[in-house]
Amino acid sequence: MNLRFRLLFDKAFKIAVAILSISVIVPLILILFHIVSKGVSSINLHFLIRDQNLSESGGSGILNSIVGTFLLITIASVFSVPLGIIAGLFLVEVKSKFVEFVRILVDVLHGIPSIVIGIVTYLLIVKPFGGFSAISGGIALGLMMFPLVVKSTEESLRLVPYSLREASFALGANYVKTIFRVVLPTCIKGIIVGTLIGISRIAGETAPLLFTAFGNPYFNINPFKPVNALPLVIFNYAMSPYEEWHRIAWGASLVLVGIIFLLNMTTKIAGKKWEVQF
Amino acid sequence: MRQDSLFNLALYFGGFVAAMIMVIMFGILFKGSVLSIKNFGIHFFFGEEWNPPMEKFGLLPFVVGTILTSILALSLSLPFAISLAVFLGIYCSRGIVSNILRHLSDLLAGIPSVVYGFWGLFFLVPIVRNLEIKLGIMPFGVGIFTASITLAIMIIPYMSSMIVELIKMVPRELVEAGYSLGATSFDVVRKIVFPYIKSGVISGIILAFGRAFGETMAVTMVIGNVNSVPKSIFSPANTMASIIANEFPEASSGLYLSSIVYIGLWLFVITFIVNLLGNLIIRKFRVGENES
Repeated sequence: MNLRFRLLFDKAFKIAVAILSISVIVPLILILFHIVSKGVSSINLHFLIRDQNLSESGGSGILNSIVGTFLLITIASVFSVPLGIIAGLFLVEVKSKFVEFVRILVDVLHGIPSIVIGIVTYLLIVKPFGGFSAISGGIALGLMMFPLVVKSTEESLRLVPYSLREASFALGANYVKTIFRVVLPTCIKGIIVGTLIGISRIAGETAPLLFTAFGNPYFNINPFKPVNALPLVIFNYAMSPYEEWHRIAWGASLVLVGIIFLLNMTTKIAGKKWEVQF
Repeated sequence: MRQDSLFNLALYFGGFVAAMIMVIMFGILFKGSVLSIKNFGIHFFFGEEWNPPMEKFGLLPFVVGTILTSILALSLSLPFAISLAVFLGIYCSRGIVSNILRHLSDLLAGIPSVVYGFWGLFFLVPIVRNLEIKLGIMPFGVGIFTASITLAIMIIPYMSSMIVELIKMVPRELVEAGYSLGATSFDVVRKIVFPYIKSGVISGIILAFGRAFGETMAVTMVIGNVNSVPKSIFSPANTMASIIANEFPEASSGLYLSSIVYIGLWLFVITFIVNLLGNLIIRKFRVGENES
């Protein structure tokens, strides 16, 4: 091929890449524009401080689902964060063939569809204990969050230099003390960032909640009763035939995307500020 | 010393729990689908009819629906995802434009699946319906095609961020050696960068396929929920994930429920294999990378 043709081809390739890349933004801008333009009109104080309950007088807000979403996130974190940290420690601290096996299983768990996790939680918890509950929804979400906590714990543990441990050993601390007083405090920020990433992943999950937390039009913070969540409201109201309910779903979408956006921003800022550095 | 061994025990417990999650999931799904397995056996997979009142259950419509949707979504998103990765990784790796693109693509990745579905239902469906009227086919609006577009939009940021990470691993010397020999940037991308990260890109595509395969909410909302083998890419259909989301709550009889759990078992096994494959390939790539 002659030089001119190659240069021309190169330029064409560059332009094609730029056009395709920038056209990726188009759907995003459309989605954001639609959520904001449709959602903003339905958000007012009323919408945020009232429950959904279907009676005439006090209804048509989404307070119960906002509270429900936070309740579910809390339950999920309580289950998955401590266990995830221990499993992450296991992956780094223990030397055995079993470790590689566990690492692969955790990676694979990350890719298991959320709907499958929903069925498993239903069969494992909802059915034997006789009913939908916030706890079962939280456990389903916790299962989805678990691999992310494990991964971030593992990665931040690996960043702690060995000299730090040696210094601790030299001062006479034993192994357990070194882990709890030196290693974990050094990478706690990385673990927190990982937890936040996990939370922003589960905050919008719907499928595992369909048969676990189930939904509930009334305000509820009892973990043993069904509870509503923002993604559930969006799903149920979006699929309904009523114009008025669609409006609520758009409002709920805006609130949910806003919460996730804030979480992502926090994660990014914290991640940059708290990077483990030596 | 006692403290140390106790701590070690706790660590092993953590590892054991992490491994058991997968085993327990498989066990529960298997136990839940025993009734259906006994009834249909392997024929379940090839059964063309899904008819709950007649207690006839076959998986084929949903397998076809799932594979069509995810492959179509993957091929729609691939050119965009690779371009975005090349753009962010090679042409424009820093600067305002790249920052904006990167933030936007992260934002796109953070939007929940149910919101994509909602958006698809109200904005993509009418567009597709108009297109179908122009093409002169049944204007359902919902269907495999709409679901694929929605899925493709969801996969692009996931895939491109994975490829950008890979491109960053390509040694600078290789790229510079290419330029010094008079290669254009297109030559460098095609002859140096992509051959180097090939196995990583393949595993990225496999992992993205796994995601598309099991994606539930967005697909459920725009695919039209019809339980027969789809005839074209515009027909309404159901995927394995969407049939579960739709019919699980109303599954009353033992066999009905068990058959739906059986679909879940298939979904679990398939995504397990796909993810295992993707993760093993990328692991091998990383090991090779560390050695060189």
